[in-house]
Formats: sequence, C-alpha cells, structure tokens
Amino acid sequence: MKNTLLLALGLTLSAAAINGPAGAAGASDGDAERQARWDEIAKSIFGARKIEPTDTLIQIDAPARALDAALVPITLTMPDKGRIKGVHFVIDDNPSPYAAHFRFGPAADPGELRLRVRINNYTNVHAVAELTDGRLVEATKFVKASGGCSAPMGMSDEEAMRGMGDMKMKFAESQPGKPLEATLMIRHPNFSGMQMNQVTRDYTPARYIQTVSVTYGGQTVFDLDGDISIASNPVINFALNPAGKGPITVAATDNQGGRWEHSFTAPSPSN
Amino acid sequence: MSARASRREALFGGLCLCCLPARGFAAEPLRLKEVGPGIFVRRGPHEEATPENGDAIANIGFVIGRDGVLVTETGGSLADGQRLRAEIRKRTDKPIRHVVLSHVHPDHCFGAAAFAEDAPNVIGHHALRPALESRGAYYRKRLEEILGPGRAGEVVYPTQSVTGGAEIDLGDRRLRLTAHGTAHTSCDLSMLDTESGLLFPADLLFVNRVPSLDGSLIGWLKEIEALKGLGAGRAVPGHGPAIVDVAPALADLTRYLSALRDETRKAIAADIPIEAAVGTVAQSERERWVLFETYHGRNVTQAYKELEWE
Repeated sequence: MKNTLLLALGLTLSAAAINGPAGAAGASDGDAERQARWDEIAKSIFGARKIEPTDTLIQIDAPARALDAALVPITLTMPDKGRIKGVHFVIDDNPSPYAAHFRFGPAADPGELRLRVRINNYTNVHAVAELTDGRLVEATKFVKASGGCSAPMGMSDEEAMRGMGDMKMKFAESQPGKPLEATLMIRHPNFSGMQMNQVTRDYTPARYIQTVSVTYGGQTVFDLDGDISIASNPVINFALNPAGKGPITVAATDNQGGRWEHSFTAPSPSN
Repeated sequence: MSARASRREALFGGLCLCCLPARGFAAEPLRLKEVGPGIFVRRGPHEEATPENGDAIANIGFVIGRDGVLVTETGGSLADGQRLRAEIRKRTDKPIRHVVLSHVHPDHCFGAAAFAEDAPNVIGHHALRPALESRGAYYRKRLEEILGPGRAGEVVYPTQSVTGGAEIDLGDRRLRLTAHGTAHTSCDLSMLDTESGLLFPADLLFVNRVPSLDGSLIGWLKEIEALKGLGAGRAVPGHGPAIVDVAPALADLTRYLSALRDETRKAIAADIPIEAAVGTVAQSERERWVLFETYHGRNVTQAYKELEWE
C-alpha cells in the first residue's frame, strides 16, 4: 500500500490509504514532537494538574489505520467504573484537538463508551479519565488517518442538514441488575468548518453539536461537550445504571443556537 | 518515497520530470480492444492509483460515428486522457464532439483536460457539477500527491447537464444517456448504444474488482433494476474486462450488494458495532473480488451509516 491512493473510491478512503509524508501531515513527526504537542494541549485543558499514565483505569480501542478518516470508531473502556467521574478525548493533531468531554452522573454506568470521530492527520489520540478522588489518568493510541475533518460530505449542505436534530435511541437486550446498553443517534451534519460548500465554493461554516445532556428519571447520565471532531450524525454508545427508572431525556445544542430535546422509554429488563 | 521527494531528487539530478522512469506509462501507447464497430475500449488494471500506473485504472474508450467522436470515459489523469486522445487520432481525424464524464471519481474524470483543444460538449449527470465543485479540488490535491505536481489535470466541468435522459446523435448512431438516482455515487450516468445494444454502465457495474460504495447501497440495488430494464445484452463495465455479458455480471454485483445490505442490517439489529461489523459482514464475498481487503471494510462503514437510520 506504500504511496498508493484509493482514488477509485475517492474521498476519505484515499486519505486513509496514503502512506507517505507527502500525503499525511504529521506522519513524519518524531516522538519528541508528539510529546511536546500533547504537553501543550494538556496544559491548555488541565492547567498544571498532573496526568498519570494508566494501563488499567482507561483503555482506548481504535483502528491502527482508519478505514474512513471521517468516521473513526473509538471505544473507551473503564473497568474500574466506580472510580470514573468523567472522560476527556483529545485528537492531538486535529485542527481543534479537544474532541469531547463527558461528565458522568449517578444514572450512568461508565464502564464503556463508544463514539465516532474525524481524524485529520496521523496522530496520537488521548483519553484522560477524571477519577472520583480528583486524579487524572491517561491512555494513548496512535492512529493513521488523514483528511477526516476536511473531507467533503458527498451531498449538498441542505441534504446534510435534512432532519437536523432528529434522534433515535436503541437499547440492547437488558437483564435485571446489569447495566442497560444504549445507543444514541443524532441527525446533525456536525460541519467542521473545513468542508467546502458546493455552490459558493466557500467553506461551510462550522456547525457542530456543542452539548448533549442525557438524563434517566431526572438523574444525569452524562453531559457532553462536543466539537468539530465528532463525526457527522453523531452516534454515542453508553450504558445506564440498572437502578434507574423513568424516562430518558436527551437535550442537545449546537454552536449556532440549535436546540433539540427528545424523550425515550427504556425497556424493562426481561427475566 | 513520496512523489514530492522523487521530484526533488529529480531536480537535484538535473533530470526533467517527464523522463523519470516512473512516468513510463505515459509514453506507452494504450492497448485498445474494438468491442463493437467503431467502439474502442482500454481495459484498466485492478490496481489503486500509483505513480507507476498514473491512475490509468478505469475502463475508458471512445465511439467513432459518421459526424464525430464521443469519448465514453476520459481516464484517470491528464496523461491518461492524452494517450486516449492520441489513439483516437491514430484512427480518425473526425472532430471529438462529445466527452462523457460518467461520475465524479478521479479515475474517470481527470483525463478530460486532455480534450480542451477540441472544445467538446462535456456531458454529465445534473449532480456532477456540484459534486465536482465539492470534491474536485480535494481529489486533485490528493492525486498530485501521488503523481506529482501538475500531473493530475484540471478539473473539467460538464457543459451539458443530463436530468432523466438525453440522446446524442453521431449521424449514423444514436447514444442514449440515463442519469441515475444516487447509487455508486450521487451522479452516475450510463449510456446505451441504441444500434448495437451495447451498454456503458460505467461504475454502476464492477466486474471482478470489488465494488466501491460512495452513494447509496439501497439506491444502487434499485438502479441495477433500471439497468436491466434497458435490455442490453453486453456491457463495457467501469472496471473489469473490456466487454462482458450483462446478466451474469449484474447478478454477481447484486449478490455482493445484497449480502452487504442484508448482513449489515443484521449486524445493526444485533447491536454489533460498526468497528466489529467491518470484519464480519459479507465475508462470504472475500474470495470472489480483487482488492476486497482494501475496499470492503469501507463499504461496510458506508452501508452501516446508511442503514442504521432505517
């Protein structure tokens, strides 16, 4: 695959397949440069707070090479879930690296979280967990991808915005006493500000989901601060605390004043 | 080694770029097959774009009529288009009146710049212009990263936009164009030679090379039915042999796309996440297609994105 390009398919796939310094910004950076970039980002988000590496408290599962740089699936696993207060996800070499910040509430089961992101360059991704005792721990993974933020959507802006704010929630089969797995889907183009408009040949202004708040029976599941690195039509997999009951509400806002609310009913556990 | 690095080395070596061994493909004449009277096709290899193949990977060709020539597909780079034009000129001095751009993908579009001096009627689906406006510059940049600066070719826009259908009269033969709904891409145009019944489905038909999904899976399966309705017996696929029997080729394509649809739906229903589905969906197709490993996972991703909202 060296120095080849999947042009027949085009778009983001081609970007993902480039394996040379010409095609992938950041591909040739050394470890020291990557570390320096992370140090700078970490300082801007966490100030002087210490961040300890961990192999156990949080783990990242991501493809070593993205199939689609505009939709890179990320799984965060936090086995010691009682100690997890929140998670920050950072894509170091993206134009806007701070991709997502989840703050969990009492109605969450923060053992696993899945989301889909855009990745613009060969980059380290960092997941920083905030523990209940106030400590910060981080895991990192290197992902090869390029062009995920600038890749055109393949449809007009109008088409991409159709149904904006629609939501779906799917639930895995639940068992009594076990966390209830849920998948939240939100229709939203999440324009990155780096995609060219088809008609004006100007860049489509960034329009992205800024906050998502999920509650279960009035209690917080999570509050999310999002950014342009979240893939279009955001999909988030999470789990609910089995002790919860009542309606699940989702409130989302975007950076252009869009505001949407939907309510869902969790299935009752099958015995 | 990157294209950029090789250029630098070439300049340091005092060589001109066009003499680089990697550009050898541009000097070789095309091997064409006459698939019907006055209908010539160059078969593209089942490869990805490389400096060596110059992105000359699609099936391209032309039709010679009484009043002029129609280019059925232009090629994947300026050089690919120039070679095609040279082959036309070896066979006829009739004017090159029409150039068909079958869809937005670079391996079909970037040869168009080679026909600028002919000032042809450039025919495309009505959705091709917006697609080129959105992706053209992006594709060109990516292609030049592979081939070298200036070697992709200008983005050429259609001058005749087709909605529904259109007919081109070359004097002694008429070619019927059909603008399809979103399928392989958002702007697929097929062409039928009404005299011989030969169909030019472009990338609506992949043969042997794994199909690439960049439009709509459900839409593609629907447009396959539309292609069948045209009643053609033989076709020049966008990728594959220069000419094939339509029925078995469409049957293979339908089998792949149906497996992709059905098994992606099953994965979604079973809460199998997208990252796992790319490794499990339609694996029975693995041995049947060239470049499966390279494209299939991406196809599953596209299918999943489309079907999860059903």
